[in-house]
Amino acid sequence: MNLQIFWFCLIAVLWGGYLVLEGFDFGVGMLLPFLPRNERERSIMFESIGPVWDGNEVWLVVAGGATFAAFPAWYGTMFSGFYLALLLVLFLLIVRVVSFEWREKGEGTRWRKVWLWANTVGSTGIPLIWGIALSTLLHGVPLSSSGDYAGTFWDLFTLYTVLGGIAFVVVFAFHGANFLTLRTTGDLCRRTRLAARALAVPAVAVGAGFLIWTVKVAVDRNDKDVFPPVLPAALAIAAFVLAAILVYAGRDGFAFASSAVGTLGIVATLFTSLYPRVMVSNPNFGNSLTVPGTASAHYSLAVMTVVALIVTPIVLLYQGWTYRVFRHRLGGDEPVPDDGRELRAQPEA
Amino acid sequence: MTVATTAVDLARLQFATTSIYHFLFVPLTLGLGPLVAIMQTIWHRTGNEAWLRLTRFFGTLFLINFAIGVATGLVQEFEFGMNWSVYSKFVGNVFGAPLAIEGLAAFMLESTFLGLWIFGWNRLSPRLHLATLWIAVVGTWLSGYFILVANSWMQHPVGYKIVNGQAQLTSVWALLSNGFALRAYLHTMLAGLIFGTIVMLGVCCWHFLRGHEVDLFRKAAKLALIVAVPVTLLQLVVGNRFGEAVTSAQSMKIAASEAQWNTCDPCGFSLFQIGGFSVSDETPSFSITIPRLLSYMATGSFSGQVQGLNQLQHQEQRKYGPGNYMPNVRVIYWSMRVMAFLGVLMFLVAATGAWLYWKRKLERARWFQWTAIAAIAFPYIAATAGWVLTEMGRQPWIVQGLLLTSKANSAIVGTVWLGVSLGVFISLYLVLGIVDFVLMRRYAQPDRPMSREELPAPAVTY
Repeated sequence: MNLQIFWFCLIAVLWGGYLVLEGFDFGVGMLLPFLPRNERERSIMFESIGPVWDGNEVWLVVAGGATFAAFPAWYGTMFSGFYLALLLVLFLLIVRVVSFEWREKGEGTRWRKVWLWANTVGSTGIPLIWGIALSTLLHGVPLSSSGDYAGTFWDLFTLYTVLGGIAFVVVFAFHGANFLTLRTTGDLCRRTRLAARALAVPAVAVGAGFLIWTVKVAVDRNDKDVFPPVLPAALAIAAFVLAAILVYAGRDGFAFASSAVGTLGIVATLFTSLYPRVMVSNPNFGNSLTVPGTASAHYSLAVMTVVALIVTPIVLLYQGWTYRVFRHRLGGDEPVPDDGRELRAQPEA
Repeated sequence: MTVATTAVDLARLQFATTSIYHFLFVPLTLGLGPLVAIMQTIWHRTGNEAWLRLTRFFGTLFLINFAIGVATGLVQEFEFGMNWSVYSKFVGNVFGAPLAIEGLAAFMLESTFLGLWIFGWNRLSPRLHLATLWIAVVGTWLSGYFILVANSWMQHPVGYKIVNGQAQLTSVWALLSNGFALRAYLHTMLAGLIFGTIVMLGVCCWHFLRGHEVDLFRKAAKLALIVAVPVTLLQLVVGNRFGEAVTSAQSMKIAASEAQWNTCDPCGFSLFQIGGFSVSDETPSFSITIPRLLSYMATGSFSGQVQGLNQLQHQEQRKYGPGNYMPNVRVIYWSMRVMAFLGVLMFLVAATGAWLYWKRKLERARWFQWTAIAAIAFPYIAATAGWVLTEMGRQPWIVQGLLLTSKANSAIVGTVWLGVSLGVFISLYLVLGIVDFVLMRRYAQPDRPMSREELPAPAVTY
């Protein structure tokens, strides 16, 4: 396997890692206005993802950096072409980042409500846009012969790509509910489980619909055979069906694992359908950007490969350890552990 | 002064706005991180509860600030591709590598371990919990290194060759050990520590002024001063040495920062001048100059030669063809002076504070307390001036000698989109800035009682 293909796969892995991990914290964010009945439950939901969301988001930063370094021409065309979409992503990302830190630092219910909704809007909007953007890479946009974007903002919106966006949202809501079921106790946990059940069938339906359509788009618009894209697609559909069954069977842990595998399957399907292109041109298929056409030179890739091979296992180890440290359930009779962030002011009596 | 009207102008204005804003938060993270870690270490070693309270107090400020640093950093990474796609395609082979490595090796570390530190008070053993903070701090410092390696390559490109109109990496070692980068790194990290200590000192003095928790904040002030005095002094030396590196890599930047129109030998250092900032007006109508000092600062010798703007302009034209290769002299001259004068001022503040502390007068010297509170603004202004000098001093190049800024922006992104995104960032950043300021003030202010009962379990269980 040459290094260009290795880096194409690695970028798929980075997106996979990002969407599996941040996927569930997006999901928790989407459920914030609906599940909790009081302030304490809202805090528990925030705390369930509090220690990990930032580490999860770094996978996106690394995916972006890796695309810049390994496929500069892809990075340049995609980021300048999807301009308004990415501007919106940035706006929502920023609002969401500060919502975590600031919600509890202010005072008053109104303040907390504002930042809770900011988190929900970000948690819904960001995956919606990523779903649209990633499926657009496959569905195709007008590219010029010099490899620049030649379309408009509206070229991102087709029935297929919008379904991609909706699929990301619904699947992550389901994935997030599965995660939260594992992290809570008592009544909140019971309601979360009900939410997971309610979301299971829509997630399977929308997820499967999007996956099947993706394979069709790959064949129709990217000159691919049904095989191999159908392989990860079938795996992903099976994983989502299994996740739904496990949710109804009350096997929360396995359900979460299955929705994680399903999410990975979506990313795998998209990138398998895309290869050997990175951005399909439509019309003028010949202008499509390809892996060899956009890749950095061998030496740069070799250097980064060495770094990635050394550092990635370490990252996986310490992030895995983080999840182990914070594996306990929150809530129930046990007092919520103080997050230790501040010395809160005691209102003077 | 013309209003930005072309796409390049708007893209530059946007990058300047977002990166300067980003760097208002980053250096405080870099500097306050190790200071908070030291406080927690002292608490861990001595068991003195005061240090735990200080850890929490300054840790909260650290985290409020950190959140915006993270949020605005994302913008920087995306902005290269969005607004500067020609640049991205040209430099990606070289410039992309340190960025990608930064994400994987450094940013991942700081984000994950900071999460562990914030939520790990009751979940980790005290020793391990302390270690998470130190690891996060190492992450922030590593992060700074890779970012400055990338930036320094734009100032002084090394270890590359040009193939098919693209810069390609030929030696990663040359890239990572770029002398320019190492000096810039040292300079920036010292700036971070100055941020941390000056902000800490100012907050302590605020508490002294109100007579609030004086004993507690005396400890913090002592720590801040012990670090601030050597660091502000060292920064004057390092800044000077960094200037020498700039002289050899970017002669035009140095000539502009001194408004030195013609080659001189030896050269005096202009402390202040009126006029003398344009080709049509080369001689200032008034100036205060220290003889031979510029020669020393730029070359390390009191009789060193410093090339003038006019001579350099000739050389560049011969090398790169017709065009104007001079940056905006007025802006560069003043940004250099604002940075340098504030650097000296901050050393004086630190030294005076240390002397007062020594004489046990710090808690009572109200004039100094007010000065120290006002001095909180100094590092922010100095760092901003420093980046203006670094980035505007490189103009008209985006990569020194290789690519012109005017040819590097995204051709398909027009003024409308740039205007819209600039508007979005400015309004969003204004709101963030105001909220951040209000929160920082609220959590730093003396009127906010810090009750002992609020101390969580660790004080007992550890």
